[in-house]
Amino acid sequence: MTSISATILVVDDEAAILRFLKPFLQAEGYSVLEARTGREALAMASSHEPEVILLDLGLPDMDGEEIIQALPPWSRARVIVVSARGREQDKVSALDLGASDYLTKPFSLAELAARIRALLRRGATADAPPPASYRFGDLSIDIEAHVVRLGDEEVHLTPTEFKMLAFLARHAGKVVTHGQLLKEVWGKHSQGQEHYVRIHVHKLRQKIEHDPARPRHLHTETGVGYRFKE
Amino acid sequence: MRDEDQRPDPDALLAMVRREEEGKRRGQLRIFLGMAPGVGKTYAMLEAARAKMAEGLDLLAGIVETHGREETEALLYEMPALPRKRIDYKGHLLEEFDLDEALARRPALILVDELAHTNVPGSRHPKRWQDVEELLENGLNVWSTLNVQHLESLNDIVAQITGVRVRETVPDAVLERAESVILVDLPPEDLRQRLNEGKVYLPRQAEWAGENFFRSGNLSALRELALRSTANRVNTEVLVYRQGHSIQTTWPTAERILVCVGPSPTSATLVRAAKRLADGLHAPWHALYIQHQPGGGQTSRALANLNLARELGAQTHVLAGGDVARLIVGFARQHNVTRIVVGKPLHRRFTDLLRGSPVDQLVRLSEEIDVHVIKGQDTGTPRTAKPGALPKPRWKDYAAAVSVVGLSTAACFAMFPYFELANLIMVYLVGVMAVAFWLPRRASALASGLSVLAFDFCFVPPRFSFAVTDVAYLVTFLVMFLVALVISGMASRIKAQADSAGQLERQASELSGLSRHLAANRGTASLVQVARNHIAAVFGCKAFVLLPGASGKLETAFMPSDEELISSKDHGVAQWVFDNEKPAGLSTQTLADSDILFLPLPGTDEVLGVIGLKPLDEDARDSLLLPDRRRLLDAFVHQAAMALDVDRLEEKAKATLMEAEREKLRSALLSTVTHDFKTPLAAISGSAESLMALGESASPEVRRALEENIAAEASRLERLADNLLRIAALESGAVVPELKPVPLEEVIGSSLARLESILAGHPVRVDVPPDMPPIPMDEVLMEQVFLNLLENAAKYTPPGTAIAILADTHRGEAVIEVRDTGPGLPPGDHDRLFERYQRGDRRGGGRGDGRDAEGYGLGLAICKAVIRAHGGSITARDNAPSGARFTMTLPLHHQS
Repeated sequence: MTSISATILVVDDEAAILRFLKPFLQAEGYSVLEARTGREALAMASSHEPEVILLDLGLPDMDGEEIIQALPPWSRARVIVVSARGREQDKVSALDLGASDYLTKPFSLAELAARIRALLRRGATADAPPPASYRFGDLSIDIEAHVVRLGDEEVHLTPTEFKMLAFLARHAGKVVTHGQLLKEVWGKHSQGQEHYVRIHVHKLRQKIEHDPARPRHLHTETGVGYRFKE
Repeated sequence: MRDEDQRPDPDALLAMVRREEEGKRRGQLRIFLGMAPGVGKTYAMLEAARAKMAEGLDLLAGIVETHGREETEALLYEMPALPRKRIDYKGHLLEEFDLDEALARRPALILVDELAHTNVPGSRHPKRWQDVEELLENGLNVWSTLNVQHLESLNDIVAQITGVRVRETVPDAVLERAESVILVDLPPEDLRQRLNEGKVYLPRQAEWAGENFFRSGNLSALRELALRSTANRVNTEVLVYRQGHSIQTTWPTAERILVCVGPSPTSATLVRAAKRLADGLHAPWHALYIQHQPGGGQTSRALANLNLARELGAQTHVLAGGDVARLIVGFARQHNVTRIVVGKPLHRRFTDLLRGSPVDQLVRLSEEIDVHVIKGQDTGTPRTAKPGALPKPRWKDYAAAVSVVGLSTAACFAMFPYFELANLIMVYLVGVMAVAFWLPRRASALASGLSVLAFDFCFVPPRFSFAVTDVAYLVTFLVMFLVALVISGMASRIKAQADSAGQLERQASELSGLSRHLAANRGTASLVQVARNHIAAVFGCKAFVLLPGASGKLETAFMPSDEELISSKDHGVAQWVFDNEKPAGLSTQTLADSDILFLPLPGTDEVLGVIGLKPLDEDARDSLLLPDRRRLLDAFVHQAAMALDVDRLEEKAKATLMEAEREKLRSALLSTVTHDFKTPLAAISGSAESLMALGESASPEVRRALEENIAAEASRLERLADNLLRIAALESGAVVPELKPVPLEEVIGSSLARLESILAGHPVRVDVPPDMPPIPMDEVLMEQVFLNLLENAAKYTPPGTAIAILADTHRGEAVIEVRDTGPGLPPGDHDRLFERYQRGDRRGGGRGDGRDAEGYGLGLAICKAVIRAHGGSITARDNAPSGARFTMTLPLHHQS
């Protein structure tokens, strides 16, 4: 496995979930901690400083937002929230409060492994300055030159579209909520104007995707936001 | 009133059971009956009460008049007593029995002295016996006292015996319905003794006429009356007992009495006489008034007499028409009357010489029916208006009669040169007939006379003189006059009958008009509106309806505009009507000083509300007193109440049906869910167990197949759970679609991504125009729609079948289609595919591999629910040349 023994804290009150997650994650090469309640989770987060916290949003004693906000400030733990479908708003709140990613129950273990890997990789490069250019398949983005190419052809983007694409590319692999994009591109005071984001993403897709209904890079996370994939 | 006394019949038994049942709910009344003041009724009552008190009975002295007698007051010592209510009447503070407080306290027994007492004006009931009735109806037991001369039917006899007319009377029914009557007797000599000793309190009213009343002879007669009344009761009790115990014996044949009343005060005497006769024979009785012309003082006096009869227990009727005797006999035959009671006319009239008085005619016509002719006792009122008096013509009527004769004469002048004299007579007769038909009898009699005179003067030689040359003309005049009279009599009778028939017809059409309108309406509000409009129009009143609120108390008027009509006092009357299920207010015996008549609206199991009528003028007020108008009003009110009741029951039934429908859906859902969950669960647990059982012995291929089966069935379970959660959330209203403008390819894209593995074998074409505007939608719900449609397309078509998603805009709507080229939809009604929890019957020609019906119903039901919540539509049809086609429309603009 690629990671060198990172510690993962699994927070879930269901024994059945813990029973398969622990052996799976251990087999992936992580050391695994378990917590059944929010309180226990917070205690372990400060004593063991895990790299990743897999946080179920349906805990009996505290809700996810509370736990994310109560994490010790020094903690570098990245949080993946897990919740049932239909609770999109909970996920969005958690993501906006600082959670790094989310999974919908039931989730595939391969997907979980991929998310954890992506998080840990990003964690490793978090302190480095953002790269000046990206390359995703035949899509290349030159941040400094403001040039985007699809294959050999240059794609003409408006400043807004470029700003969005740059932000998404910087967070490639990670989910970005509508609210986060809005704040990044239009500023703090643009809350409630999520349809701007949708319309510009729509236009951006027309420009950078061969088939906008089946995007290769700019994926929709229904009810939550977008995820840029390599 | 018992209808048949002669043998125990089922109805009578039923009535007895009802009486007994009523008795259980109703309080019991005991009356201490005496012949005169001073015999010691109150004393006897209090003594008996003390004995009960000693037994520990919860009794209350409601109101007891001790008249300052020490021995009586001593009996009240330590007896719980009700404080008297103080009523301000014209500046005087008067004390009265406090009915409301008595009802509130609910003692096991309450003492209410002097049943015949008249309450202070402004009290709820004019008479104390009515207070007692209300106490009884509310289940309280009452003891009261009564002197025999206050009994309504004995009123005349007592007046005859003593020369004193008692104005405070109690209906005989009160005494008849008392569970027990205790006669408080004292020999007349002892009473006189007590009187001389000053032990008898004489009321202020002059009606007692002091010493006169207490003459020994009077007292003996009164004593006899009291004893007889009590004995009469015993007879009745025996009769009731016999009916109940089926004791066979010969009973007198059933008698029925009819008393004819008019506006004369003597009619009251007739009514009382009839009552005594009916009581003696244990016969039901009727009172009839024959009306010549509506309205006027005559009618209201006659109605007062009818009212008296009703209070005494008669059924009352009013007929209209001119031929009094014939009408009376007709009515009597119709009602199997055996005896008719009429008054002797005080004066003979001219017409009586011709045809005989109505009484003579009656005797002649009555055949086997006995006619009792009773001399009315004049009670000093100078009015001698007789029953059967004709309406008085006004001067206008006479003037009209004169001018008709003038017209006839003018016509005759024109005809004179060409016709014989005999023909001219015909012209006059036509004129007389016209007058008779349109104007009162006297006017037509005048026209008859004038016609003869005019004919004589103008045309009979010598002309322009009353002298006659040929004596034969005198015969002509006489015949002409008689013919004119007969014609006028017949014409006016026909007119009266036509009027009466017309009135009946009008009433019938008014009633059918109401029922037609009621039938055409639904819902309380419109039914109330219809009822009140009809009643207001027909009865010349302002009508309004009060219905109970959630608290069971009547709420303010149903129509806000009616509220100003009803004072808070009237509202109190209405509430009383609602609580007691009896009419009150104007023209009733209860709370009569209100100027509104309140009637209950009777439903099948409870009173629905109260209707109020406020007459617009005097005529309307009087007509409310007319029995036939009252019956019509009752019919109207019943119709309205019935319509309201039916409406109410329908609403109830509808609610029950809806609940049953929901229940059915729930159980259908449950069975679908049970099946749909169990299938994948069985596959998962089976595969897992196989894996465990096989252990190391399983070949890698078998192992792999089992593992894949587990994973696939688990994802199927997941989608099922998703669908179920969605529909539950949508149904419960917990999820309201949150519409945001979303580019269509976003939802299509994410759906395709999620179904990647399922759609792997199917080429999917997506054709969305690049300029397609964003669609207002809840993206999470719409994603579900695409997931369900695409999954169905993949599942029910062979691998490799192409699937297409097409979209366009059309007339402000987005039109989206999901098509496949598979085997197509199952035959039958395609709309049924969307029915909730309906598992498509896939036997024979279904699409797909026929493996199982899973998924269709729930998935498509959700599609429909979601699309509808978006204000759009979804339909299924066959695709050409093959396959299925699901078409959705979604509005492109927010609809508020």
